[in-house]
Amino acid sequence: MKIAVCVKQVPDSWAEKKMNSGRLDREGVDAVLNDLDEYAVEEALRIAEAHGGNEEGSSNTVTLISMGPERAAEAIRKALSMGANNAILISDVALAGADALTTSEVLASVIKAEAFDLVICGTESTDARMSVVPAMLAERLSWAQLTFAGSVKVNPDAKSVEITRVTESGVDTITAQFPAVISVIEKINEPRYPSFKGIMAAKKKSIETRSAAGLAANISAWSDVVDATPRPARGAGIKVEDGGTGGDALITYLAEKKLV
Amino acid sequence: MSAVILAEFSDGKVSKTTAELATLAARTGDVTAVVLGNSQMAAQILAGPIKKVIAVDNADVLAYGVAAAVDALAAVIAQESPKVLLIASSAFGKELAGRLAVRTNSGLITDAVDVAADATATQLVFGGSTTVHSKVSHGISIITVRPNSVDPDLTPATPEVSTLTSPTSATSQLAKITSTQAPVKGGRPELTEAQIVVSGGRGTNGDFTPVETFADLLGGAVGASRAATDAGWYPHSMQVGQTGKTVSPQLYVACGISGAIQHRAGMQTSKVIVAINKDPEAPIFEVADFGVVGDLFAVLPQASEGIKARKS
Ligand SMILES: Cc1cc2nc3c(=O)[nH]c(=O)nc-3n(C[C@H](O)[C@H](O)[C@H](O)COP(=O)(O)OP(=O)(O)OC[C@H]3O[C@@H](n4cnc5c(N)ncnc54)[C@H](O)[C@@H]3O)c2cc1C
Ligand SMILES: Nc1ncnc2c1ncn2[C@@H]1O[C@H](COP(=O)(O)O)[C@@H](O)[C@H]1O
Repeated sequence: MKIAVCVKQVPDSWAEKKMNSGRLDREGVDAVLNDLDEYAVEEALRIAEAHGGNEEGSSNTVTLISMGPERAAEAIRKALSMGANNAILISDVALAGADALTTSEVLASVIKAEAFDLVICGTESTDARMSVVPAMLAERLSWAQLTFAGSVKVNPDAKSVEITRVTESGVDTITAQFPAVISVIEKINEPRYPSFKGIMAAKKKSIETRSAAGLAANISAWSDVVDATPRPARGAGIKVEDGGTGGDALITYLAEKKLV
Repeated sequence: MSAVILAEFSDGKVSKTTAELATLAARTGDVTAVVLGNSQMAAQILAGPIKKVIAVDNADVLAYGVAAAVDALAAVIAQESPKVLLIASSAFGKELAGRLAVRTNSGLITDAVDVAADATATQLVFGGSTTVHSKVSHGISIITVRPNSVDPDLTPATPEVSTLTSPTSATSQLAKITSTQAPVKGGRPELTEAQIVVSGGRGTNGDFTPVETFADLLGGAVGASRAATDAGWYPHSMQVGQTGKTVSPQLYVACGISGAIQHRAGMQTSKVIVAINKDPEAPIFEVADFGVVGDLFAVLPQASEGIKARKS
């Protein structure tokens, strides 16, 4: 199986984020591999391992695909040290500030050029928080959409895949034939820590960097940020010790706010 | 201008979110509500500034999910040529909106909390710390809106109802739903629609009784942190946070929840936040308007008694 995993580098969740001319200021903050994408990498590795592994010479490969600035290579390196085989990074100043429509277009044009069986994504990038790129990929590729997977079962011989889709609307079992776009939720597995061996091996793995020039992608803007303003910080409010009357104090407060 | 909204239903009943979407859409033009369902469901649209209802009774949506819904909405768009399309923010709603944006070559804005007459959308990003206004510059303004963001205009509606049949393409049948299990609801209000949410975390130690009792006295919904859903104490569909639901109620009560950034991502825009936690250093207190440092098993029952006393 040829499996692609879409991974994104994002600012650290704990970092204070600021907007700069309508875009997230990515310069001043620590950048990490989107933690939800670690589950996608882990799931791809598990699928490969369950069917002969992804060592050299085996029939499976796990390829990382990422669009982002050149320093996204650091995040990609982490995913390589978990065990992915190789990576493609699409990096271009023309793509800075790209929205989900452009991102999905760029990723789809790369995916189309290779004959992948499965593309696995996280459910959400922790910075953009749109949860739309995987569905957009399915639309652009005309592939089956198997998103919000809480479990994935693959049968490489039958070229079929079954997931359970876990959302607020309940739990669905969904089946499809290859090729398919999958996104996985964070309850699906426990991502491995890169081993020392994995880290050393990753140093030798290739990250192929491409510009946007050769892509059959329409890079454009479909929406504009008009303005972005910081909101006053939510100041810490009243804090009381429960000396036996904490519940009563709470009700008095809620009554003042006309909430009870 | 004309605007299309996707009507929301829960357990076969039209939900309040439908009127909220209509209220925002009406600022931009005449509103047509799409019902993915039969004419009995369409007949339930009796409130909100809605001029027309189009029922697309497409059983394929149940069999093929999002992809089939995209075909149905695309058919409505072809017929109505709307300038604005509003859909509720949910996993399904966002994916539907995303695929429609691709198909109609339109811009997309997700998780809006307000929409102005010129279709400028307001979003609260980075855990509610920044307000962003954005506007679609190409095609239809496709916007997903968080439930509970506006006061719905509930004036009686007498819409003209029509039906539309739309075939599902072969590519939209590639992923087939073979079984469906509805989420556990337990008779309480929908989490994202509730005015009051009381959530429990690891501090409940698996006993949600005081949380539920307090929520029921307030007519609220019950939520949970990931620690609580991971432990199997509460269903995943009730998880609040980055990988759960985003809620924005009038009152959010966090009980035995530390307030990790991933939890805060789903509740930080609540109007009033109350926290009950044994640990005075818990980060949840940084965002709480009112915090009680104490044991939830003492504080919540006393608060529940307090409400009962006020009611009698
Ligand atoms: C990719 C990813 C996604 C995530 N998504 C989410 C998400 O969507 N939602 C979410 O909630 N979390 C999410 N998390 C997990 C998050 O980081 C925290 O681990 C989680 O929120 C902790 O839950 P908690 O506050 O219930 O537990 P803890 O952090 O263990 O806190 C329990 C709190 O209860 C207090 N306590 C204990 N006993 C009592 C008592 N008797 N009375 C009062 N207080 C008591 C303790 O002082 C403590 O502060 C995510 C994490 C990752 C990595
Ligand atoms: N720039 C990107 N490069 C690679 N993958 C991405 C990128 N943006 C989003 N994705 C993938 O799409 C998923 C959902 O992202 P989003 O729709 O932005 O919330 C992520 O978890 C990634 O798997």
